[in-house]
Amino acid sequence: MKIPYFQLFWSFFKIGTFTIGGGYAMIPLMEKELVDRRGWLAKTDFLDILSLSQALPGVFAVNMATNIGYRLRGFRGAVVSVMGNIAVPILIILLLATGFRYWKENIWVERCFKGIRPAVVALIAAPVFKLSKTAQISWKNAWIPVVSALLIYMWGVSPVWIIVVAIVCGYIYGCLQDRKEVEE
Amino acid sequence: MIFWKLFYTFCKIGIVCFGGGYSMIALIQHEVVEENAWLTAQEFTDIVATSQMTPGPVGINVATYSGYTVAVNAGYAEWVGIASAILASFAVILLPFVLMMIISRFFLKYRANSKVTSVIGLLRLVVVGLIAAAALVLITPENFGNWSVENRQLWISVVICLTVFIASLKFKLSPILLILLSGVVGAVLY
Repeated sequence: MKIPYFQLFWSFFKIGTFTIGGGYAMIPLMEKELVDRRGWLAKTDFLDILSLSQALPGVFAVNMATNIGYRLRGFRGAVVSVMGNIAVPILIILLLATGFRYWKENIWVERCFKGIRPAVVALIAAPVFKLSKTAQISWKNAWIPVVSALLIYMWGVSPVWIIVVAIVCGYIYGCLQDRKEVEE
Repeated sequence: MIFWKLFYTFCKIGIVCFGGGYSMIALIQHEVVEENAWLTAQEFTDIVATSQMTPGPVGINVATYSGYTVAVNAGYAEWVGIASAILASFAVILLPFVLMMIISRFFLKYRANSKVTSVIGLLRLVVVGLIAAAALVLITPENFGNWSVENRQLWISVVICLTVFIASLKFKLSPILLILLSGVVGAVLY
């Protein structure tokens, strides 16, 4: 039985529209809709797709939608799912962005944003410490994030280069580990 | 042309964005504020605040909003801004989309080998550094107030920043709630 494109679109539309606060907030909603309610995916498949989407570059939720859409209905399924997932978010931002140009002059809006700006900086700083656990930072490897941050902040090195170097070094390290295991 | 430059920049951001929304925020900030000087640090901070309070993936929201503001700041008409917003949003997902299609096509089951594990482990470490740098770069007089001119604003900003930091890290309060509360504090105190 083929799943209609419209149903795919609608499922991801709901997931995209009703989650505030980023991609990871979508995981429970996606699982409920796609695994429990629709039964389109087995729980184990869902977990596999989750780890693949985290490993690949890009927006996590969009990676999920791409993979699931492709699995269920091929290329068109992937396009439909992604569109469903991002349609309303883009529309809402456009409405706000076009409106905010006019409210910006409003004294109350400016006062609110004066309070909000330092909060945003704190909200970006907080995950640094949250992620330290999942990244398994220890005394031995703590220099890696510190040096990356300093290169960007002090010397204006592009984060793009830091990521490229990390991929190359990670790959070489992985190859060396493999060889070690073979020798042993 | 602004379209081509935006398209290229956001394609690049998409394909190197590992490790979630905050890493995307850090990358967009570097490209849009530092590298190209399309937006000020303050404008970008406002965009991040709005993007966290509206539905959808934060990375997409920031891309959409930045695309719009970049074009309008450069003096283009409203419709060019809207077109740029849509262009930036699609550019940021284009290459990861293609990559995901290729991987789903050829590898039916994803299995991490030792090289992939090692690359991901290292990426997780540098992404922490990336986000830290983004937070540091946004600590500007525009966002916090000036030491000599607006002493009062600076003190209020520091208190808000520390409070929100602790509330988010220790008490795990939602970013939306914290942004709304800070907005109220701003409206009352300024």
